[in-house]
Amino acid sequence: MKLLLLFVGAAITNNFILARFLGICPFIGVSKEVPTAFSMGMATTFVLTTSAMVVWAVQNLILVPFHMEFMQYVSFILIIASFVQLTEMAIRKISEPLYKTLGIFLPLITTNCAILGMALLIPLKGYSFIESTIFGFGAGAGFTLAMVLMAGMRENLEFADVPKPLQGAPITLIIAGLMAIAFMGFSGMLSM
Amino acid sequence: MDLSLFKVSIPSMGIMGAVFAGGLAIASSKLAVEVDPRIEEIEEALPGANCGACGEPGCSSFAEAVVNGNAEINGCPVGGSEVADEIAEIMGVESGDSVRKIARLLCKGGKEETFNRSEYRGIESCKAANIAGSGNKSCVYGCLGFGDCEEVCSFDAIKMNENGLPEVNDDKCTGCRNCVEECPKDLFILVEEDQEVFIHCSSQSEGKDVKEVCKTGCIGCGICAQKCPVDAITVEDNLADIDYEECINCGACVEACPMGTIDTIETEAEETDEEFEAKDQGAATDNTEKEENEANEVEDDCSIYITDACVGCGVCVDECPVDAISGENGEVHNIDSEVCIECENCVGACPTEAIETE
Repeated sequence: MKLLLLFVGAAITNNFILARFLGICPFIGVSKEVPTAFSMGMATTFVLTTSAMVVWAVQNLILVPFHMEFMQYVSFILIIASFVQLTEMAIRKISEPLYKTLGIFLPLITTNCAILGMALLIPLKGYSFIESTIFGFGAGAGFTLAMVLMAGMRENLEFADVPKPLQGAPITLIIAGLMAIAFMGFSGMLSM
Repeated sequence: MDLSLFKVSIPSMGIMGAVFAGGLAIASSKLAVEVDPRIEEIEEALPGANCGACGEPGCSSFAEAVVNGNAEINGCPVGGSEVADEIAEIMGVESGDSVRKIARLLCKGGKEETFNRSEYRGIESCKAANIAGSGNKSCVYGCLGFGDCEEVCSFDAIKMNENGLPEVNDDKCTGCRNCVEECPKDLFILVEEDQEVFIHCSSQSEGKDVKEVCKTGCIGCGICAQKCPVDAITVEDNLADIDYEECINCGACVEACPMGTIDTIETEAEETDEEFEAKDQGAATDNTEKEENEANEVEDDCSIYITDACVGCGVCVDECPVDAISGENGEVHNIDSEVCIECENCVGACPTEAIETE
């Protein structure tokens, strides 16, 4: 039950994009079409989950025993970058069109603050290995959820009569803000 | 500062890095995507500026397009012929197979040959001037001379000359089509590098109207079409047009043109010369036409004459591009030998075969 709560908490209540405001760049950049947004969410989820496991291991098996917590950022970035590279290779192997659609945003997962944020939260919250994995997966699920919701809305937005000055990025940011308000409503339901 | 920290942190980070690097190395060999090796080779040969002048988003997509046959080997305007040769080598073809295309101007009526029919006070751009009543040049089809093409040329290949006409530097021109698309009068065409003969005019006005506004414009007389040994020239809408695939660059039309509209560009000559020649050619064609006229005037004996068989129907009057024929209805007509350009349009038109050539 605790793990389920942790998952729901990471995915919805404290949604990385809409409640913590991390990872806005791909949220705006790759949310034009639902399939692409979903793929991006899946790629990010993979990186989040695997790096959550490795981050926990590195933190608790290397950094803490050797009193090198100050190396957190360096080692976490190293982990994230490696997994992003792996994801990039895998996606290119699986689907060349998807690789091209994601374009620059794929390597940019490295600098996605949602992932580093997740990595830094793990030692901060003192999660166990299982909890870290669930936390990472939940964060990815929440990221994907927000991406797909946003993409669905933006697809419908194509037919909407948006005032000219608001077309494009401005209206997207307004929608993101409204979505964030909606997600804030969940915060009373669960406490992390 | 405790130096012992380095003893732990450096090896531990090193080991971590090595482990991840090893993992990625294995992954990259397992997940390797088979890419045509030529794509990478071509990409290396390209300038790598990702400028997009070729029409592709970047150098790598251009390389891919070349391998897939979607782009020309000489499609990289920045790399020029050197890069084209390298790519050709990689692709196993000769770059000479594809002939470079160069922009040519279909007008040679500069400040000297034309006049302004009004004073233009506005934005110094062809586009703006064109919107304001098709510009202020006497010929509505002609080059407006504000140099929009010079502006838009990314390769510095177009320079406006003193006569107010753009000159194309053959060596610098990459055939990127920027000027073709920019010119509001659609005066630029891309023609293969080795084409030497051009009709430097795009006026569809009738002959006499052209003569009023431009000293060197095509009057649609059709002499060039008659003289062309390979029938590469057709006259449509009062404008002669060369089929560049048929043209053998013999220059017969250049000599024949009474207005000097048709020019030869010596492609071997120096750039500047070429440009000038090109312009000159345009001008020359017009000029040649004029010269021919003048020549006729000097000789004063026109080879075309009207016999007594003329019934005075006036058909020939309408056919004459230069209004050299006059006469009352029902009476024998006269040809003004000073004006006649010997295009022989009237000969074929005469219903009673009263017009003959010597």
